[in-house]
Amino acid sequence: MSSVQIRDVRKSFGNFEVLHGVSIPIEDGEFVVLVGPSGCGKSTLLRMLAGLENITSGTISIGDKVVNNVQPKERDIAMVFQNYALYPHMTVADNMGFSLKLRGASAEEINGGVKRAAEILALTPLLERYPRQLSGGQRQRVAMGRAIVRDPQVFLFDEPLSNLDAKLRVAMRTEIKELHQRLRTTTVYVTHDQIEAMTMADKIVVMHDGIVEQMGTPLELYDTPANQFVAGFIGSPAMNFLKGKVKSNGSASFEGPNGVKLPLASAPANSEGKPAVYGVRPEHFTIADDGAEAEIVVVEPTGSETQVFAKLGGEQVVAVFRERHQFNPGDKIRLKPDPTLVHLFDETTGKRLNG
Amino acid sequence: MADIAFQPRTAKPQIREATTWDLIKTNRNWLGFWFMLPAMGFLIFFLAYPLGLGVWISFTDAKIGRPGTFIGVENYEWLWDDSIFWLSVFNTLLYTFIASAIKFAIGLYLALLLNENMPFKAMLRALVLIPFIVPTVLSALAFWWIFDSQFSIISWSLKHLGLINYNINFLGDTTWARLCVIFANIWRGVPFVAITLLAGLQTVQPSLYEAATLDGASKWEMFRFITYPLLTPIIAVVMTFSVLFTFTDFQLIWAMTRGGPVNATHLMATLSYQRAIIAGQLGEGAAISSAMIPFLLAAIMVSWFGLQRRKWQQGENND
Repeated sequence: MSSVQIRDVRKSFGNFEVLHGVSIPIEDGEFVVLVGPSGCGKSTLLRMLAGLENITSGTISIGDKVVNNVQPKERDIAMVFQNYALYPHMTVADNMGFSLKLRGASAEEINGGVKRAAEILALTPLLERYPRQLSGGQRQRVAMGRAIVRDPQVFLFDEPLSNLDAKLRVAMRTEIKELHQRLRTTTVYVTHDQIEAMTMADKIVVMHDGIVEQMGTPLELYDTPANQFVAGFIGSPAMNFLKGKVKSNGSASFEGPNGVKLPLASAPANSEGKPAVYGVRPEHFTIADDGAEAEIVVVEPTGSETQVFAKLGGEQVVAVFRERHQFNPGDKIRLKPDPTLVHLFDETTGKRLNG
Repeated sequence: MADIAFQPRTAKPQIREATTWDLIKTNRNWLGFWFMLPAMGFLIFFLAYPLGLGVWISFTDAKIGRPGTFIGVENYEWLWDDSIFWLSVFNTLLYTFIASAIKFAIGLYLALLLNENMPFKAMLRALVLIPFIVPTVLSALAFWWIFDSQFSIISWSLKHLGLINYNINFLGDTTWARLCVIFANIWRGVPFVAITLLAGLQTVQPSLYEAATLDGASKWEMFRFITYPLLTPIIAVVMTFSVLFTFTDFQLIWAMTRGGPVNATHLMATLSYQRAIIAGQLGEGAAISSAMIPFLLAAIMVSWFGLQRRKWQQGENND
């Protein structure tokens, strides 16, 4: 196990720069999730960490050793690929023991290592099978087993769950997290799915267009997103954004679209009349008499909660209620955002304005 | 309106029994048969019939212009005691074995090379195909000149380099002649092997090599443990075809040496042609051709087992 330092790393393909100076400190034993929409450079960064891509500038160190010019096999990392990359002509046992075999380990060492990893992942009955004879989830576990056998300093996961069906994905998510809790190996995990990021990470790194938008624990990112991008990316259903102006004379409030008045706990200094974006998460709406009037468009009950799509000042917003209201499309309701949980962003830069 | 209602119903025609002809017209299996018929006719007429006729003629004493009568295995008995026939068998096996082995080695090497990223990749791949697209007889003629006893460019070059002071008798010396025809066959056969193996190489997922890189495999280990095992099914196909083509080769030899010198390059196919068409002994020539069948069957059997799905290829592929 060891820490990983990514310092001002840049990557260009020809003249096209895809990573514009990314710095991420990763502590020993930490589970870090790189999350972002496709094309944000998260997979490229992971491949640079693995040594499959060159580093254009900046440094990556594993432990206290800069690995920019270290061969992949010398880096002591193990990677789980999106399509698992299992060797189709080798049995599960051979797949898992391949790295030990190349290292010149004895047959007993290989057997021992494979057996131990197989026990951790409940793969023992499958050791003599070929990858084709396995289900998606089993292949996924073999790919993880191959990584565990090597007992590496760092685990790298490249969207490992995206080839699985929804139910299996949830199960494997828990399994990976449990595995990390047991082994405590530093892990870097790439995904585009913010739910995966939220549920698994010790630290989430939100990336967008080759830069880091924000870094922090899942709840930090959820509670105080640094900008509008992170606010919209983290959380499901996504945060509602309403454009308008800050009113700070007298008690603070926000004038939303078509003059809708929305509550604000406090206004930032010198912000009277400043155009801004008002962000409120769907779960932070309540029904209250002093709320803003909205007209229901669609009601989607999921059982545990109900998602309500409504027009608020002409803009569509979504609200989530855990209690069961009797709503019908066309009904007028009064939606009130919890003023202490409201986010305010600069209209042009998207930066967070309130504390 | 009303009179329509009162019109007597016309009796429905009775349902008649389906005749065999009806079945033949509508049954899907019969329909499939009709579609197959042209291809089947073609194969029977141009493949099965000539093959059967050839085997039949080998049991007769037919000569050109004389139908011949059945003489049992007399032709084969003659061949059994014919040292030239056995020489041609030896030549064919030598030619097939050496040429196929070298074609495989060079073809695999070229395929691996062309699979790498390099400048002008598409052009180089096209260039490799050139020996394959030149008509065989044309390339044979070119080799004939290259290996000419008087005007060979190789002799000329070596002389000008001061390495030799006489012309090499390429096609007049038995060892040289064998080497030359094998060389020409290799030159001609390498593109097929190389391009087919290249196609096979491209089906290997790049992520397997990445995984192997992280597992610590060197270039050689990647070839030995990943590329080669994954390529074996396609190698089996390519080498079967290569062996069959080489074993039955005729054009190249006939254009370059006509089996000479002193029968050193006579293959079974050329000897058969010489005996049957040039000398007119159709029965004997047919017997030589028919004698190739067991060898070819053996080659096909080898590939049959080689081509069987390996254990790792079984099961569903749901990635």
